[in-house]
Amino acid sequence: MGSAAVLKDRKNQIFRKGNEPFDIDCNKDSLAGAVSQRACVFCGSRVVLYPIADALHLVHGPIGCAVYTWDIRGALSSGPELHRLSFSTDLQEMDVIFGGEPKLEKALYELIEKHEPKAAFVYSTCIVGIIGDDLEAVCKRVAEKTKIPILPVQSEGFKGNKREGYQAACNAMARLVGTGDIKGISKHSINILGDFNLAGEIWVIQEYFNKIGVEVVANITGDGRIEDIKRAHGAALNVVQCSGATMELADTMQERYDIPSIRVSYFGIEDMAEALYDVARHFDDSEMMRKAEILVRDELKTIMDKIGVYRESLTGKKAAIYVGGAFKAFSLVKAFRLLGMDVVLVGSQTGTKADYEELEAITDDGTIIVDDSNPLELAAFIKEKEVDLFVGGVKERPIAYKLGVAFCDHNHERKEMLAGFEGMLNFAEEVYSSVMSPVWNFVPRRKEVR
Amino acid sequence: MTKMVHYTATTNACKLCRPLGAALAFRGIEGCVPFLHGSQGCATYMRRYIISHFNEPIDIASSSLGEKHAVYGGGPNLKLGLNNVTAKYHPSLIGVASTCLTETIGDDVPMLLEEYKAEFGTAETPEIVHVSTPSYSGTHMEGFNGAVKSAVEQLAEPAEPNNRVNIFSGFISAEDIRHLKHIMNLFETPFTLMPDYSETLDGVALIEYPLIPKGGTPLQDIAQMSGATGSIECGHTLPDETAGTFLETQYGVKRSQVGLPIGIKETDRFVEKLKEITGRELPREMQESRGRLIDAMVDGHKYIFGKRAIVYGEEDLVIGLTSFLSEIGIKPVLCATGGKSGKFETSIRQILELVDSEIPVIKDGVDFFDIEEIATSLNVDMLIGHSKGYTFSRKSNIPLIRVGFPIHDRVGGQRILHVGYHGAQQLFDTITNTVIQHKQDQSSVGYSYM
Repeated sequence: MGSAAVLKDRKNQIFRKGNEPFDIDCNKDSLAGAVSQRACVFCGSRVVLYPIADALHLVHGPIGCAVYTWDIRGALSSGPELHRLSFSTDLQEMDVIFGGEPKLEKALYELIEKHEPKAAFVYSTCIVGIIGDDLEAVCKRVAEKTKIPILPVQSEGFKGNKREGYQAACNAMARLVGTGDIKGISKHSINILGDFNLAGEIWVIQEYFNKIGVEVVANITGDGRIEDIKRAHGAALNVVQCSGATMELADTMQERYDIPSIRVSYFGIEDMAEALYDVARHFDDSEMMRKAEILVRDELKTIMDKIGVYRESLTGKKAAIYVGGAFKAFSLVKAFRLLGMDVVLVGSQTGTKADYEELEAITDDGTIIVDDSNPLELAAFIKEKEVDLFVGGVKERPIAYKLGVAFCDHNHERKEMLAGFEGMLNFAEEVYSSVMSPVWNFVPRRKEVR
Repeated sequence: MTKMVHYTATTNACKLCRPLGAALAFRGIEGCVPFLHGSQGCATYMRRYIISHFNEPIDIASSSLGEKHAVYGGGPNLKLGLNNVTAKYHPSLIGVASTCLTETIGDDVPMLLEEYKAEFGTAETPEIVHVSTPSYSGTHMEGFNGAVKSAVEQLAEPAEPNNRVNIFSGFISAEDIRHLKHIMNLFETPFTLMPDYSETLDGVALIEYPLIPKGGTPLQDIAQMSGATGSIECGHTLPDETAGTFLETQYGVKRSQVGLPIGIKETDRFVEKLKEITGRELPREMQESRGRLIDAMVDGHKYIFGKRAIVYGEEDLVIGLTSFLSEIGIKPVLCATGGKSGKFETSIRQILELVDSEIPVIKDGVDFFDIEEIATSLNVDMLIGHSKGYTFSRKSNIPLIRVGFPIHDRVGGQRILHVGYHGAQQLFDTITNTVIQHKQDQSSVGYSYM
């Protein structure tokens, strides 16, 4: 790629498989002025806790942080929908000078009375960290009076990137876990961690688990409920998806309650099947394993022919992946392989060294692996690799579209169900409907190729 | 503490934060990279928000402050960021806007920029303008107007009289800007319209990802603004000090202030000013579109007479729409905005009193929770505003007519035309057809002939 697109300080965060021994820099602060695709600590906390539907989510700060996160996730609820409202203390200049605690306290009383939530999460923003409001103290006071848990989330934006935000979210949830009644929970029970019920995904996953005889205690956090999280320590196993958004909570529960955890992905048929088998293996239950095998067989029967049709058209097309967490990228690499497509670029905002090592292991020679990339780099890679489809989030979409490249949204804002076996079919359909559109015949880059 | 008595938390805000407006305005200057001095999340959130409306790439750089910068000052990162943006984008201008974080830690941006120029300034160094945009004060509109004013103050130079007209058109759609430019061309008058993001945020399909998209108000034209025959500033609620007032006091450029040219009368007032400044008659094409508009209004008037509307959004957009509604027989029953310029109510009263129209409920500084609450007693037929009113529209089965920013749930928000006779025509058709469709949908008969 043209060196113009890569800043010197970023060279070590880009690796091309095949040339030399694997090495990549990651887990670094974003470079000033590089237009990172990353967000902030607050964003990390907000996306993780967002789907808890019966809690009040109050953003303590100026209006921006709340308004940019209003109803942004496609996280569905089977009941209350308090999470879809945007609450802010809307701090003004005077509050910055004299402190925002009085407004916070008043806002909490007002909103709790109005909406009767089961708990409240209070998110700290950049400015709160600077003016030094004592969130803990306010939350404690309000909790005593209202008799519901009021949980401070220490998510000052500047204190790192999304990962620190995940940690802050997990810390807040860890205060809930262990406070509920765990009587009557089955020995074959799990918590689902790291699925956010985008477009109803967790309902599909839950049904799979129910079918193989596993009780789900708490969804953390898709279609989440405060009461369930309180009794999450009653589960026998934590099943954790995603790169680490909720891993911290699983670790805490391991420490405190000796609950083991396994990491899974529900995306793609291999990973989905493996998730069910892993759980059956964990409980060492042959009946459960048999049920899982039947389930997988039946599900595959209904989707494989249809996927085959898409595969025929998609074989040999080139895919680029740039996502938030690297764990999602592993599954995407496999899913594209199932569709016959070649992955030529894979990257993430917040991957760790271990994540990138795994990516290096599962990709083909020549694949570009990149950490914390930016629009100019991504655009240059797209062009160099003659990519047919880009998979990423909303911020990557216009880059792909501007250059006349098909796109699939795999971020938390999507409205398509992509998990489980059915989700794989949806994914194939979505990729197909973008790659095969006749509109690409008109874009400049195709005209040039001809 | 007296203010606290009336304090309520903000639920579903009807405003955005101040730096967002500045970033949008800076995007309307040729060769400019908007740059937020703050933590990474601000830039990323705003990019996402803007992208979802325009469906265009928008690179907003950030100084990506971390914890130590929040303690020791953001200067070093600001300078590093400016160097990196310069090296990578080769901009002709960097527009630096502050955020709540950097305003609160007390970074003196003008001083830091002086230091920067002294330390790093070379022939390659672009122009840098700065605007103070603390998110805890004002809304995106203060940011937008502030950025325009700062850019003009910092870029205008003494110039010979040049018979150009300066147009400060305010926050309107990309299509609106194109239409105003068309009107100026019809008047055969050289002009400088600012900010002009009609290409930078609504560009053509490309083969190369541009470092900075084509288009925007040329820097040399801004420099020459001081020699113009006159300035027209659109917006009744503009602050007392604007780009126009600066050019008037500093360089004696006569300033005229009108509203956004929405509807017949406000467009008439706008073209009157143009006639006055240019000494030209109303171009034939405009006479005809005005005539055609009136003819269309006659054809459709019965469908909409007496219908009751809530209009919400930015103050000046609401004022313009309210004026138009009063011209076509629709009753604005609630005019609402999240802004708080202090001029909203007076402006609406003035406009409606001129046409002897009933005065609606007028509320500034409100959120969607307030709007819904007030609406319950108003017997409303339609909502007119941006996408964020959809939740309310759906819940109450009141049709939403989408205008302004953001349009996040439809394509083409950037192509909605609001201004001029032509814009009024399109608004009229959309509004009338929405009313007809609603009636048709609710009807048990289902006429196919209205």
